[in-house]
Amino acid sequence: MTADTLFFIEHLSIAFRRRQRNPFIAVNDISFAIRENETLAIVGESGSGKSVTALAIIGLLPNIVTQIPVSSRIMYHERNILSISENERRKMRGADFAMIFQEPMTSLNPVMTVGNQIIEVLRFKRHFSRTAARQRCIQLLDEVGLPDPERTTTHFPGQLSGGQQQRVMIAMALACEPRLLIADEPTTALDVTVQKQIIALLKKLKARHQMSILFISHDLALVGEIADRIVVMRHGSIREQGDTSQIFLNPQDHYTRALLQCRPTIDDFPNRLPVIEDFLGERSRVHSDIVKKTIENRNPPILLHADKIYKSFFRHDGLWRKYEIPAVKNISFTLRRGQTLGIVGESGSGKTTLGLTLLRLRRATQGNVTFDRQAIFSLSDQEFLPFRRRMQIVFQNPYASLNPRFTVGQSLIEPILLHRVAPDRKTAIEQALDWLSRVGLSHDVFYKFPHEFSGGQRQRIALARALTVRPDLLILDEPVSALDVSVQAQILNLLKDIQDDFGISYLFISHDLAVVHFLCDNVMVMRQGEATEIGNIREIFQNPKSDYTQQLLDSIPRGILSHA
Amino acid sequence: MSAAVSHYSKGFWQLTWRRLAMDRVGVVSLIIVLMFFMIILFSAFGLIASDWNHEVAINDAPPDLWGILTDKHTSVIQPSSNNTLSEISEPLPELSVVDPLAEDIAKLRTPIDFSSHIIDPLADTLRDIGYSQYVSTDPTTIEKRTSLPFGGDRWGRDVLKKTIKGTQTSLFVGLTAALLATFLGTLFGAFAGYYGSYIDDTLNWIYSVFNAIPYLLLVLAIAAVLQKRGIATVVLILGLTGWTGVFRLIRAEYMKHRAREYVMAARAFGVSSLRIMFIHILPNVSHIVLVEISILTVAFIKSEVILSFLGFGVAVDDVSWGSMLNDAQSELILGHWWELVAAGGAMALLVTAFSLFTDAIRDALDPKAQGAGA
Repeated sequence: MTADTLFFIEHLSIAFRRRQRNPFIAVNDISFAIRENETLAIVGESGSGKSVTALAIIGLLPNIVTQIPVSSRIMYHERNILSISENERRKMRGADFAMIFQEPMTSLNPVMTVGNQIIEVLRFKRHFSRTAARQRCIQLLDEVGLPDPERTTTHFPGQLSGGQQQRVMIAMALACEPRLLIADEPTTALDVTVQKQIIALLKKLKARHQMSILFISHDLALVGEIADRIVVMRHGSIREQGDTSQIFLNPQDHYTRALLQCRPTIDDFPNRLPVIEDFLGERSRVHSDIVKKTIENRNPPILLHADKIYKSFFRHDGLWRKYEIPAVKNISFTLRRGQTLGIVGESGSGKTTLGLTLLRLRRATQGNVTFDRQAIFSLSDQEFLPFRRRMQIVFQNPYASLNPRFTVGQSLIEPILLHRVAPDRKTAIEQALDWLSRVGLSHDVFYKFPHEFSGGQRQRIALARALTVRPDLLILDEPVSALDVSVQAQILNLLKDIQDDFGISYLFISHDLAVVHFLCDNVMVMRQGEATEIGNIREIFQNPKSDYTQQLLDSIPRGILSHA
Repeated sequence: MSAAVSHYSKGFWQLTWRRLAMDRVGVVSLIIVLMFFMIILFSAFGLIASDWNHEVAINDAPPDLWGILTDKHTSVIQPSSNNTLSEISEPLPELSVVDPLAEDIAKLRTPIDFSSHIIDPLADTLRDIGYSQYVSTDPTTIEKRTSLPFGGDRWGRDVLKKTIKGTQTSLFVGLTAALLATFLGTLFGAFAGYYGSYIDDTLNWIYSVFNAIPYLLLVLAIAAVLQKRGIATVVLILGLTGWTGVFRLIRAEYMKHRAREYVMAARAFGVSSLRIMFIHILPNVSHIVLVEISILTVAFIKSEVILSFLGFGVAVDDVSWGSMLNDAQSELILGHWWELVAAGGAMALLVTAFSLFTDAIRDALDPKAQGAGA
């Protein structure tokens, strides 16, 4: 414990009581220090205990179920803040430490103007007068870079974009000049370009306000852009801690190394991604080559051709008036057999709507699509049914894409029987079991319900379900963005293997350029419903023609490499 | 295959049952509700209370829970004046405490010639009709009890048996009407919520029409159309008016689930709409349907009581809690409280137990509790 230590966390363990079972140990004997004027990052996947640690510091863990042993200590100004009264701790919140959360929308009160929310903090925590609080509020909003701060004070949170809401949250956290700002995944819900702005803002504010930041994230590359020191956590324990340069350039722990390499980057073209098991030796696995195979046939036959798809939604205003909101504007592209087209865009760019429109789950306003030389938008539902077998989709959220009341088996057998892929029920069960083992799951999964599986396992099940009807085209709508980094790598590898084995064409929708770079042959960049750029993945990533693509590429967090 | 079956892990309903079994209040209320069901089952098959219509005791026989022990029999070849006299003179002092008019009533009564034993001018006639059924052949052999465990009604029918029979009617009416209303509400709600657009508009118009008319007026209108009084009519009235709340709930649920990705996935496979609505989505909203059934059962039991009390309920030759309370209204003025207490008590017990059970099952079905309990 050195002189410039602000917080010292010593042997912290946290357990949660559970009904009729042993307590769940969320954090197991961790020790680290937060120094003055430094950004310390805690990095870990879901369930690593990183957020629980932050909540313990700020004192927001639920009292009834939380067990913290007496040997655990969080020292701040010579006092153990785990043992002080709730009243004292409440006084410390805001003044000594403040917190911003992942979802700015749910962190702000939707029925109170943002101005009043900040003024409330200033008046009750710092006893400002009404006019002084108002002055300071406008100053703060200006400082976090909101345009026209005077007018913004009268806005409700719903009138602001996600990035602006997060700025308001930061302004509110700064209101009491905290010594420590805890940021729990502050940019995870935001687009990459906005993420970059928020990170720059946090860096600027830290320097100006002489405060420390505890930055919590699952994204090691992102953390590399902002943190001075990094703590890597897994399953409630610290795997490694050290300076950012040391973690990136000379990682000691296998897990840290795995985290660094599991993420695809846009700098090389590996054929497979390494997975955590490769580093931890938890499962023996043959490490395949890291050179991309050359594709022999550059021009396989065209499978899907979209011609000027236009899709707009109508919002009713009053009884008669309705106005049009275009979501997809005149998109055209071609997808060849066995190839992958990536569709990249930020939220609201219309990429998901495009995917649903292709499958006729949304009706296109205009445009034509030919699938295997057959125009499919003009077919009747009955005529389109055989095409439903040939075009399938895997969704983003593996928790919502499986029917919770169906066993995995029921979910898998239904499409097989519906499209008569198997002649009878017995064969259908055999086929379903085959597909489960193909996606790396054991046979007893067949008899279980979705709630018994993790996100990655569910995504495998959803993939198996889509594959049961042996489609020619698989639309993958952000299939890995809800998953942890290590699981992401496994699923991406699986997708590659399946494409190699069955020659399926993928339409891969994602906001994540690095993932698209890993998986796709061609890419289309979308912005506000329009295609800004389309072409070969290497060409676009190496010299983008549109400014927007360049901007997206620049926003990808590159970790420590961007400093060099 | 038997080996394969054992692989299946615990489903939603098994987990629900496990959570319910841990809730003490829930279990007790479930036992009480089950007891009521046993009683109405026995009574429906005529094992108990099938002779509720028999006039086994003297008119307005007082309750005596130990009546079996202190049983006295009185022959009633002709209804003796003694009985009627004692019946009337006895409760008077008590009445004066609660009823300010009691003394006036007593004054009105005194000039009556007791040899005719009547207050009601039609009593003799009614009695004749009533007796003719059972007594006409040989009235001299009929013996009547002076008291009954739960008392007797105006015609000397056993209130206990009447209550059991009334329970059968009320619970049957409540349950079938709730099933009918929930069925209609779920069906309409599913179509409106799943298809949206003009189907939703049409069903919403119907819903608004039903909701715009004052409830009792609507009931009267339907009663007038159906013309017949009886259990089936009451069930129809309640079922046809009660589906609206379920409709709105289920409609909202279907709108929510329709946008879920598992429904999209099923649509992407080309699964038919009907199959998606009733095989895919319905199990996911079944917990709401179940809770609605039990809430409506309680509500309809109370509605039936009100309807019967107002005279739109069950027919005169049937008995329900409502008709018992209607009878009790006129008996109470004479201080004969036991029919009111029997019907009211049974209703209070069942409604309370059913409501608590509904609460417990709602907690047990809560998907959010799934993680904690599982």
